[in-house]
Amino acid sequence: MKIGLPKALLYYRYGVLWETFFRELGFDVEVSANTSKEMLDMGTKTTLDENCLPLKIFMGHVQSLIGKCDRILVPRFSRVSKAEEYCVRFWGLPDIVQNTFSDAPMISYNLDLGWRGNEAAAFIKMGRALGKEKSVSFQAYCAGCRAQQQQDQELLRVQSMQMRTSGKKILIASQPYLIHDAYMGTQLQKMIVKQGVIPLFSDRCNRRLCRALSKEISSGLYWSLNKEMIGAIELCKNQVDGVILLTAFPCGSDALVNELVLRRVRDVPMIQILLDEHTAPAGLETRIESFTDILTKRRPYA
Amino acid sequence: MLKISYPHLGDYHIPIRRLLQDLFPMAEIMPAPPFTQKTVELGARHSPDFVCAPFKYNMGNYIESLEAGANVLLQTGLGCRYGYYGEVQEQILRDLGYDFTFLCFSREKASPQNIYKACKKINPDLTFSVFSRVVLQTLLRLYCMDQLEYFLRERIGFAKSPNHFTSAKSSFLKEFLDTCSTPEIWGIYKKYKKYYHSIETHMPSDPLRVGIIGELYTLMEPYSNHFLEKQLAKGGIVVSRKMSASFLLFGKRDTRSLRCSKGYLQYTVGANGVDSVAGSRQYVKTGYDGLIHMKSFGCTPELNAQPALEQISRDYNIPILHLSFDTQTSETGLETRLEAFMDMIEMKRKQRNEKIRQPGSRHRFHLHKRRIY
Repeated sequence: MKIGLPKALLYYRYGVLWETFFRELGFDVEVSANTSKEMLDMGTKTTLDENCLPLKIFMGHVQSLIGKCDRILVPRFSRVSKAEEYCVRFWGLPDIVQNTFSDAPMISYNLDLGWRGNEAAAFIKMGRALGKEKSVSFQAYCAGCRAQQQQDQELLRVQSMQMRTSGKKILIASQPYLIHDAYMGTQLQKMIVKQGVIPLFSDRCNRRLCRALSKEISSGLYWSLNKEMIGAIELCKNQVDGVILLTAFPCGSDALVNELVLRRVRDVPMIQILLDEHTAPAGLETRIESFTDILTKRRPYA
Repeated sequence: MLKISYPHLGDYHIPIRRLLQDLFPMAEIMPAPPFTQKTVELGARHSPDFVCAPFKYNMGNYIESLEAGANVLLQTGLGCRYGYYGEVQEQILRDLGYDFTFLCFSREKASPQNIYKACKKINPDLTFSVFSRVVLQTLLRLYCMDQLEYFLRERIGFAKSPNHFTSAKSSFLKEFLDTCSTPEIWGIYKKYKKYYHSIETHMPSDPLRVGIIGELYTLMEPYSNHFLEKQLAKGGIVVSRKMSASFLLFGKRDTRSLRCSKGYLQYTVGANGVDSVAGSRQYVKTGYDGLIHMKSFGCTPELNAQPALEQISRDYNIPILHLSFDTQTSETGLETRLEAFMDMIEMKRKQRNEKIRQPGSRHRFHLHKRRIY
């Protein structure tokens, strides 16, 4: 049996865990190709125009996997703890996919508020749906967690090394699925590198520390991913020269959080870049260039 | 001098005003000035671009009431984005240079103990017995109001003298504001219920019926949906909307709604997305002619529910009009769409009626004829 993983949304956070889990269970795994213009067009056609860009990309990925795989993984993420949850968009993912593509062979796991080790239980349940025993699924889940942790720590180490090097550095503060998306964020990364500036990523900082630090900027924030994002700004603001707030049209949580960040964080140069389906690379490049120019010409605080 | 103000939400400013008057007898209670085009423009100018429309409307209300001299502002917050409104709005208003106290009861902070503590800080003479009595009375008021409103929405388009219902409603609200004891509230509710029933209407035996579902604020604040219900009523249509403050307080049960929307939704999709789907299913089953789904632009829970609604529309062959409101929505465009929708459901009804064979009509069943191809 072949399991398809859409390379969008939280794949950039849990991808290794998912891949290892299914491989350990003895399934083939197919990850969808990098986001391209065609994929985005496919997604735009199947979703409503009002939906956010990451969802459109996600739907494009799902559609590209239909017919190629026996099952497609569409997880649901809702509450992490009492005071923390994911954006409402993640709550409805399985239902959106099911109602849009009625022929999609979907498999899902649900992460909802409950007891500790909730995630493991969800994975075991998913394993049972695939006909695997509890102990086998649990072992696969543990292996997946280890692999994911290893990769996260490796990326963290690389980033902290980059942080210590001399030279101009810019922190890209955004959701992981925007920063690392081949069609959206990677393009931006290349432009930054072209200007001779090192890009750092908000999702490659110490997550626990970030979540705790986010309280310095906003006390009432409850979106997990946004918490980590603004925590990273607080964590890195003395070590970087500038911050790019990358957001997609019309991202619900970013609309509010970025507004607050722009109003409250005053001690580091900051720019907000809004991406949509029609973003032209030339326009983006001009903005990046002028921002890096400002950073180089800017006199340090006396 | 304390001047407490709060944003508008339909007619609910009346029970809230009474509640605050009872809690803080020494303060002046001033609901935000009524909505005008200027309110909306002010709100939109000082809000983030693609935040949902209720944020902008609230912002406009706050700025206008601060200009009018208010110094205490109220805000609540539930799931979805609404829970985070308070913090951002406070920051924006402070950046604009206003000086005020911001009372925000959002999410976990909305527990009764917490609200009581915050109220006690403002009014040290407040006792818990008074607090609980006043709050319970307000809940009763909301219940009574919504019950009458529901009845009124269904009938208002068919009154023999057009302003009969509106004048009855305004006198009811006026009397309601002055009530202070629980029996009095109940008495007035009973009185007006009887009165509403006695108002003569020329309702046909089988009128066109439309159910309204969608996001809370847009449904409950008539200014934000361009008085859509009024327009429907003018066209001679029974308008039914279950979503109201009392639905939120007493009627919202996610498990029940999920059971009702089985086959279309597997999980909750945030805020009131499930209730929209469950509601639409109920309307379909009770034979409504059409549904209108309203939301503010970019409302994520409703967008999550929309594929399911479209599926329902296909499965049961019921027309659903999806409307998305922002501060830029044009009234004429909305009117055209609404008129077209009303014509469409009327035609659909006619088509259905034509198929029903009346006894003794000239058209007979052609059982003996057989088509030969």
